[in-house]
Amino acid sequence: MKLIRRQNADLWTWSPVEQLSTLREEINRLCDSPFGELTRRMELFNGWAPTLDLYEDKDNLVVKAELPGMKREEIDISVHDGTLTISGERKYEEKNQEAEPYRSERFFGRFHRTLALPKPVQSDKAKATYKDGILTVVLPKTEESKPKQIQVNVS
Amino acid sequence: MTTIPNVENRVARTDNASANERGYFVPKVNIVETKDSFILEAEMPGVSKEGLEVLLEGNELAIVGRRQTGVPGAEPVYRESNPRDFRREFVLDPSIDTSKLSATIEQGVLTVTLPKTEKVKPRKIQVTG
Repeated sequence: MKLIRRQNADLWTWSPVEQLSTLREEINRLCDSPFGELTRRMELFNGWAPTLDLYEDKDNLVVKAELPGMKREEIDISVHDGTLTISGERKYEEKNQEAEPYRSERFFGRFHRTLALPKPVQSDKAKATYKDGILTVVLPKTEESKPKQIQVNVS
Repeated sequence: MTTIPNVENRVARTDNASANERGYFVPKVNIVETKDSFILEAEMPGVSKEGLEVLLEGNELAIVGRRQTGVPGAEPVYRESNPRDFRREFVLDPSIDTSKLSATIEQGVLTVTLPKTEKVKPRKIQVTG
């Protein structure tokens, strides 16, 4: 069974300040990236798309995806040409043959998300973990893309 | 005779705004009915057993999930997730035996089993004579 639903916008009420900054970030994102929210919205018509967060520290880019209720082996991750792709299929498990659905808000079926990485990464050193329904992908930055401190000698 | 589904969802029906005002994020749920019970599944990514609370007061069930968001020591670059804790409330029909609720959480999906009381379960009556 494949259940395709649109996200319920009512469930997302942000404070005005958050909304403004989110809007600004979104405009920035749409301008400088063909990926991101626009792709995500479009993908909703074909299935569902997990929520993604991207973090950065000195050495790594870290991507977190909300994928509750999956099995590790159902998630595929690839890094290619500066983009990260997370895809897979959440299967609907009929645990009880006689069960009658009463409320169905969860999404099932295939998903596919692509994210343009803002910095070059060493894809062969990427590591992924899946815990409590969150997929975390750690992508070490290339040496060239790490911030460098330049020693200035004052004489 | 049809059994009328009888788990009501107060939050989704009337109270989404209030749940949001109180600073919670309402999780998506699926509810199915079987012969013996109702089974409720709620998506709470990032919530472990330790962060989970299933509260029962009279015939009101509340599910609460607290989670650690973000990555320690890293700056967010791009963020779609809602950082709030999860909460959703349900009103349980009297046909549910509230003394026998059970709950488990696995990979961010909470499953609550709400068994029906003995008297509403379908029974086969032996015909004698």
